[in-house]
Amino acid sequence: MGYKTIVEDNIDILVAGAGLGGTGAAFEARYWGKNKKIVIAEKANIDRSGAVAQGLYAINCYMGTRFGENKPEDHVRYARIDLMGMVREDLAFDMARHVDSAVHQFEEWGLPIMRNEKTGAYLREGRWQIMIHGESYKPIVAEAAKKSADKVYNRVCVTHLLMDESKENRVAGAVGFNVRTGNYHVFKAKTVICGAGGASNIFKPRSVGEGAGRVWYAPWSSGSAYGLMIGAGAKMTQMENRIVLARFKDGYGPVGAYFLHLKTYTQNAYGEEYESKWFPDLQKLVGVEYLDPEASHRTHRPIPTCLRNHAIINEVNAGRGPIYMVTMEAFQDPHLEEIGWHNFLGMTVGQAVLWAATDVNPKYENPELTTSEPYVMGSHATGCGAWVSGPEDLSPKEYFWGYNRMTTVEGLFGCGDAAGGTPHAFSSGSFTEGRLAAKAACKYIDDGKAEGIRVSEEQIQRRKEEVYKPLETYTVYKNDVVAGSVNPNFINPRQGLDRLQKLMDEYCGGFGVNYMTNDKLLNIGLKKMAILGEDLENVAASDIHELLRAWELKHRFLTSESVFHHTLFRKETRWPGYYYRGDAMKLDDKNWHVLTVSRRNPKTGEYTMEKAPLYHLVGDLEDKDLAKLKAEGHH
Amino acid sequence: MPTFVYMTRCDGCGQCVDICPSDIMHIDKSLRRAYNIEPNMCWECYSCVKACPHHAIDVRGYADFAPLGHSVRVHRDEEKGVIAWHIKFRNGKKDLQLLAPITTKPWGSAIPKVADAAAPSKEMVNSELLFNEPKYVRMDNGGLNTLQSNGLSLKEGVYY
Repeated sequence: MGYKTIVEDNIDILVAGAGLGGTGAAFEARYWGKNKKIVIAEKANIDRSGAVAQGLYAINCYMGTRFGENKPEDHVRYARIDLMGMVREDLAFDMARHVDSAVHQFEEWGLPIMRNEKTGAYLREGRWQIMIHGESYKPIVAEAAKKSADKVYNRVCVTHLLMDESKENRVAGAVGFNVRTGNYHVFKAKTVICGAGGASNIFKPRSVGEGAGRVWYAPWSSGSAYGLMIGAGAKMTQMENRIVLARFKDGYGPVGAYFLHLKTYTQNAYGEEYESKWFPDLQKLVGVEYLDPEASHRTHRPIPTCLRNHAIINEVNAGRGPIYMVTMEAFQDPHLEEIGWHNFLGMTVGQAVLWAATDVNPKYENPELTTSEPYVMGSHATGCGAWVSGPEDLSPKEYFWGYNRMTTVEGLFGCGDAAGGTPHAFSSGSFTEGRLAAKAACKYIDDGKAEGIRVSEEQIQRRKEEVYKPLETYTVYKNDVVAGSVNPNFINPRQGLDRLQKLMDEYCGGFGVNYMTNDKLLNIGLKKMAILGEDLENVAASDIHELLRAWELKHRFLTSESVFHHTLFRKETRWPGYYYRGDAMKLDDKNWHVLTVSRRNPKTGEYTMEKAPLYHLVGDLEDKDLAKLKAEGHH
Repeated sequence: MPTFVYMTRCDGCGQCVDICPSDIMHIDKSLRRAYNIEPNMCWECYSCVKACPHHAIDVRGYADFAPLGHSVRVHRDEEKGVIAWHIKFRNGKKDLQLLAPITTKPWGSAIPKVADAAAPSKEMVNSELLFNEPKYVRMDNGGLNTLQSNGLSLKEGVYY
């Protein structure tokens, strides 16, 4: 193969993947590491990469401490209830106490944040969300990262992390290839901050054919955050906690602004309110601690996202679908109508295209909602990701091993989707986590923890062969057949992805089985996954673009395998509406009020699972309204 | 929805190839113009549509659920700091033009170079503060929230 090997040596901080988390890391690292060498590797173009490439119309995580609105602990309590208790509260508190400083800087850099004309505060969409004109959110933030970094490698897909050969379990950089030139890139680094993304397209999507790209999370979110870290032997947490979204049908346009700002609401096909009738039975499964409609009605306490999904799923199964979003009232106000459209154009243009194509004018017609296929990520109403250390001043001993946001692999840090147990970070919180990781990575280096790293030529060559193997496989076997995509010796990346999606859907609780699985199905699924894993050794790529797809598929596969193991391990139904364990339909706090932690042995591929304790913030953080309800004798 | 490129408008400049987050805008080698090589990996994010200097790229809704005959066009102008949208329905009954700001500052002018900021003190290095903090958290001189300052502690187990 005629591809060159390009080595970037003596890197202090390598940012692998530069969405909002990675850009935050690169930006901040320069302040704590004035003379440090900071390098970014991004598989697309940093100006439009990651989940925010398209833009956003809201920043969903902003405390507003400046305007006296919320305290960090308020946000922790909110995230805790929404995730049915399963949150790393040290990380969540840490993110929340810093997040406003990120948002205030974004505004200074030129990001248009809407203001409430009466109060002068940012215009609130909901308690945590502020409204922005964020079409250029990503290019603005990317500019800040570019100014801090020594070098930005666009179009370099990172495939593996390099490991130190002088000290076990210590990172030493990363390797990958340039998706334009095909060249092999070696990054020798003292620390790596993984800012890569979560996973779309691992469960069979509802759309077929051309529409398969119209997924809720970006199609380029290939689970590389997990693929890279799992491959290096980092411990992962809460990987069973996939998310299902209730969104506008087919276009998956966002509903947050519609619910919160436009005050639209949902009803069934016959114009009836349907949610509350499913709650009594659901309460028997999850307990009043997690579903308390009265408390939610009278206080800020949310009804968990998954439980609202549960009501939609059941109402549709009972034959009273589709569920509609009632827009016809709000859209009579021309100002709100305009916001409704701007909301899509700013972050999900495809939904505007779909309504234009189908002549859906929400002023005269209520649009349909649906529940999506599941996604695996860590910054929305879900907290999949690596098991990382918290900050020194907050974390109990089980959650702290020296450096904030460092994974269980020394020198490897995670932020955004890569950091587990930190839901509801969204864009601003992911950026903040990147900043926290960057400061800690600088400290790690300054403390002398990255001395004496050794990477052999053998490791670099071995990875190189692995990286290009799909091209080799194609070259060797393509002429066995006359033409076409059917070959007895290999599968192409699309064929592999289709197989993965079908398998995840049918055995791991996708939309096709109404999000249901059990121990038997999961075990069959794991058996089939092992064989798919073998076949992925024979995935073939006809060109460099397909090589990118081959590696995205391998990262998606490692993510999926982890999801299987975690789902099998947690023997309860913790999040009805995200997925159900048919053999354990009840939430079980006695045995499962814990975080799940896994490790895949990089040498053998074997998984070990463990439970980690859950700590909750206690003290002066009771919601005043909730306290009043309790005082009145409400349970 | 999946993008396509008008033959007569594209000059093969490659701006779309450069920006596409999904790596699906490629140059056709014989026609020397751009096209979408993998429509089912297109997020209709419009990054390429916005980047095209000739408005040569457009979007046709996904064939599996969007009927023909609609249009959502866009013009993004960094100099003026605005983005203009034009939505046309299939039945022609709705024709919307919307304008939104994309920045409040002359493009790119207000992004700081962190390397030029004064180096952090040792005290700051050993604190939990980030760059520009604590000032930027509350925009006054209030300190950072801690468990202690907020009267909190972390307790193991089931607690609500």
